[in-house]
Amino acid sequence: MLLRHTPKEITERSALMINPAKTCQPIGAMYAALGIKGCLPHSHGSQGCCAYHRSTLTRHYKEPISAATSSFTEGASVFGGQANLLQAIDNIFTVYEPDVIAVHTTCLSETIGDDLPQIFDKAMKEKKVPAGKTLIGAQTPSYVGSHVTGFSNMVKAMAALAKPSGKKNGKINIIPGWVEPSDMEEIKKIAAMIGVSINMFPDTSGVLNGPLTGEYKMFPDAGASIDDIKDSGNSIGTLALGEWCSADAARLLDTKCKVPCSILDMPFGLKATDRFVDALRTVAGTSVPDEVMMERGKLVDMISDMHQYFYGKKVALVGDPDQVIAMTEFLVSIDMCPIHIVTGTPGKRFEERINEITKDMGQKVNVRAKGDMFLLHQWIKNEPVDLIIGNSYCKYIARDEDLPYVRWGFPILDRQGHQHFPTVGYMGGLRLLEKILGVLLDRKDRDDPESKFELVL
Amino acid sequence: MAKAQKLVQWEPHNIKEQLLEKYPPKVARKRAGQIMINEALSNTTPEIVANVRTIPGIITMRGCTYAGCKGVIMGPASDIVNLVHGPVGCSFYAWLTRRNQTDAKNDTNSNYIPYAMTTDMQDSDVIFGGEKKLAAAIQEAYDLFHPKAIAIFATCPVGLIGDDIHAVAKRMKDQFGDCNVFAFSCEGYKGVSQSAGHHIANNQVFTHVVGKSETEKIEKYKINLLGEYNIGGDGFEIDRILEKCGIKNISTFSGNATYDKFASANQADLSCVMCHRSINYVADMLETKYGIPWIKVNFIGAEATAKSLRKIATYFGEQELIDRVEAVIAEEMPEVQVALQEVYPRTKGKTAMIFVGGSRAHHYQELFNEMGIKTLSAGYEFGHRDDYEGRHVIPTLKVDADSRNIEEIEVEADPLLYRPRKTVEELAALAGEGLTFKDYEGLNPNMDKDTLIIDDLNQYEAEKLVELLKPDLFCAGIKEKYSIQKLGVPMKQLHSYDSGGPYAGFKGAINFYHEIDRLVNSRVWSYMKAPWQENPELSATYVWE
Repeated sequence: MLLRHTPKEITERSALMINPAKTCQPIGAMYAALGIKGCLPHSHGSQGCCAYHRSTLTRHYKEPISAATSSFTEGASVFGGQANLLQAIDNIFTVYEPDVIAVHTTCLSETIGDDLPQIFDKAMKEKKVPAGKTLIGAQTPSYVGSHVTGFSNMVKAMAALAKPSGKKNGKINIIPGWVEPSDMEEIKKIAAMIGVSINMFPDTSGVLNGPLTGEYKMFPDAGASIDDIKDSGNSIGTLALGEWCSADAARLLDTKCKVPCSILDMPFGLKATDRFVDALRTVAGTSVPDEVMMERGKLVDMISDMHQYFYGKKVALVGDPDQVIAMTEFLVSIDMCPIHIVTGTPGKRFEERINEITKDMGQKVNVRAKGDMFLLHQWIKNEPVDLIIGNSYCKYIARDEDLPYVRWGFPILDRQGHQHFPTVGYMGGLRLLEKILGVLLDRKDRDDPESKFELVL
Repeated sequence: MAKAQKLVQWEPHNIKEQLLEKYPPKVARKRAGQIMINEALSNTTPEIVANVRTIPGIITMRGCTYAGCKGVIMGPASDIVNLVHGPVGCSFYAWLTRRNQTDAKNDTNSNYIPYAMTTDMQDSDVIFGGEKKLAAAIQEAYDLFHPKAIAIFATCPVGLIGDDIHAVAKRMKDQFGDCNVFAFSCEGYKGVSQSAGHHIANNQVFTHVVGKSETEKIEKYKINLLGEYNIGGDGFEIDRILEKCGIKNISTFSGNATYDKFASANQADLSCVMCHRSINYVADMLETKYGIPWIKVNFIGAEATAKSLRKIATYFGEQELIDRVEAVIAEEMPEVQVALQEVYPRTKGKTAMIFVGGSRAHHYQELFNEMGIKTLSAGYEFGHRDDYEGRHVIPTLKVDADSRNIEEIEVEADPLLYRPRKTVEELAALAGEGLTFKDYEGLNPNMDKDTLIIDDLNQYEAEKLVELLKPDLFCAGIKEKYSIQKLGVPMKQLHSYDSGGPYAGFKGAINFYHEIDRLVNSRVWSYMKAPWQENPELSATYVWE
């Protein structure tokens, strides 16, 4: 057994986290910043932070992740990181020539109290920022929240760039949250089908699922442009997908630029996608076109076709709050029973939402925000499940407990395809169902005795 | 292969100029010292600037001190609970992400490698101090697992707020009585690279663990293998060969390590150093304190493996062992030769660049040489001058502010355990037979004239080098992998081996030949352009069948 030291008996832990279901803020800020066109993310801290985030994102997306660091030494940690950041800004604009540098802080620079706006101001005064170039800054202390919080903080910093001109642009802002580049592409596709003109940020599609052509562009011709992000202050409304990832930015646009917002769930599964499509057609004042109805119908058809295999199956689910809330709803909607649900990210609302979604399921549900995967595994030992859904770290639990397992979430370090095949929207729902059914029936085919082994399932 | 036309002739000074031309003057001056055109003089080598600060904003390959300490050195030890004191990220990123393999089969062995443990420091801990939480976390880990040892790692904020992790560790150790608890001040901002972390880790293992074993190792021909991390199973292959020769590796630092193996290192009769950078000082300390001489070995490359085995046999000097080693080499080599002959026609004449480590940028040239592949350019991510120029420069190394704050420990002969394994005369006689002790000649003498040796290569220079010199293969780490491959050049990870390995020893050499053959001859590199891009004329007419 790989996790041979995990006991079935659960003891409360107050200080020790084991096998986290979250990581720290800066990596989220780095991922968000990669969704800005021509942007080089910059980590204001020790170089190890940047190296770890780049490595993890690279292993997940299988794409180059460029990001710079202030490379703090002990001296910088004592005297402050201003000199390092000023030098970095100068070097970056000279050597890599990005349009934007998106700086996020770290536990190190936050603990010593480095002040980004003040350093940016000095950089401008010292003419280290060429004309037409932009600096964005987000505070992302690693000891608050999680990687999701860091993503949200960087997206909020983007929203802070918005400048209302007084004239509406007729567009809807969509803040997609931390989803795959493929998901961002799918969200744009759905909006285009409904005929809504959107302004989406961040947008990593085309940045982190690029082609191999023999040419390397550090800044691919993709991502949300700074002009578009600034123009978000002129939109007629904002749809923020996911309370944890996207709400802060949407609310800032509301208070600062009077762009009204709606906070929706991330469109994973039938019902959340229904609400997203309904919101889009309502704000656009249009009807839902047949092609969208066709996609929806296919998903409903597949749920009906597969229902016999899903009904009553117990699921353990771990991931980030916005994703897990939507996935829990999807699982319940196809009559599966998500009974052990963990996110590492804090937020009281998480447990409330899960309890609300599962209240009619007829099963006792274990749910924990600020939980960890050690606890999830212990729950599974006490009440076994038929399926586990989560990131690559779940494979250790899946192997030890011999569980069918669907990889979904962040990070996925041992399989590929998530950057190209969406799981949002109706078509994404089809893919999730296909994956779930695949692992359940592979297991049935493996376990059935010869007398029960069947060709037709 | 649809490769762009090769730049056959290139002038190293011109390349160096082009690498530097875009930099701001201050950066260019600094990098000029770290980019060296090899002169391949017989006895001297030009001085290179190494182990200096990374330049802020220049996209480096380097990681931090914590990564070197927790990730590299302590990560592979299976039965020590590694507890990271800090915000969650540092523990998360070092969780199973290095490919150090472990043989802790059968469930009675402890194996904590699949567990990431952290105090998940919150803002209140940063404000009010995290010592209480750390003590509570150690207690909880002890209650849950009852391990032999718990290692505590400091992350950046811990040093800044002044938590005394060593005092907490000592207190908990005294309280438990049956669990060794020790701590590492490996905050990420210390030093200039991972190298500082290796040093901090090794010093603490030496201080708190080595010499503490209660079991006596009674086998013949006992060695330590220092600086071997069992990436992709390298250590397993080396151990297979050693075992076959009758050589007993009692302690690897730190591939597939256990607490007791670390603790027994003082019982070996010879220390063999693989990765010079990460561990040479431990070899020195083992000699000073316990009387164990050390030699440099290299198990990367079939010939290098044979040579290293012969060195070990020469040291022990017994005919039985010398014969056994020769028999093993004779038995293993034919299969290696078959594999080499198969790939050689396809790999001969290819070119490579290697930017990793440590030592691997040097060691892997052995394998490339065997395959007829020339290394055009190489360098270390976190090497020091002695790794480039050889150990003779050590007395002349300047200690700067960044090195000064990495603790150097002074050791002396242990009153009970010091036992010189060889007399001065015996050592001199062995030296006469060509066995050199405490010696490493470094990377530079092994590279051809006019090759480029570049310390702490960064993303910009990597891309530029590939563009200018068009190598057939580039070797570095995961962060560099895809930007190089986007250029249509295969990239081999030589930190983690992608998903391959082992590459050490005889079987490893065979694996490596096949892997490199696969990479440089893959059909995929010919698909960069679509047919209509290669023949773009609009006037072409379609020819129906």
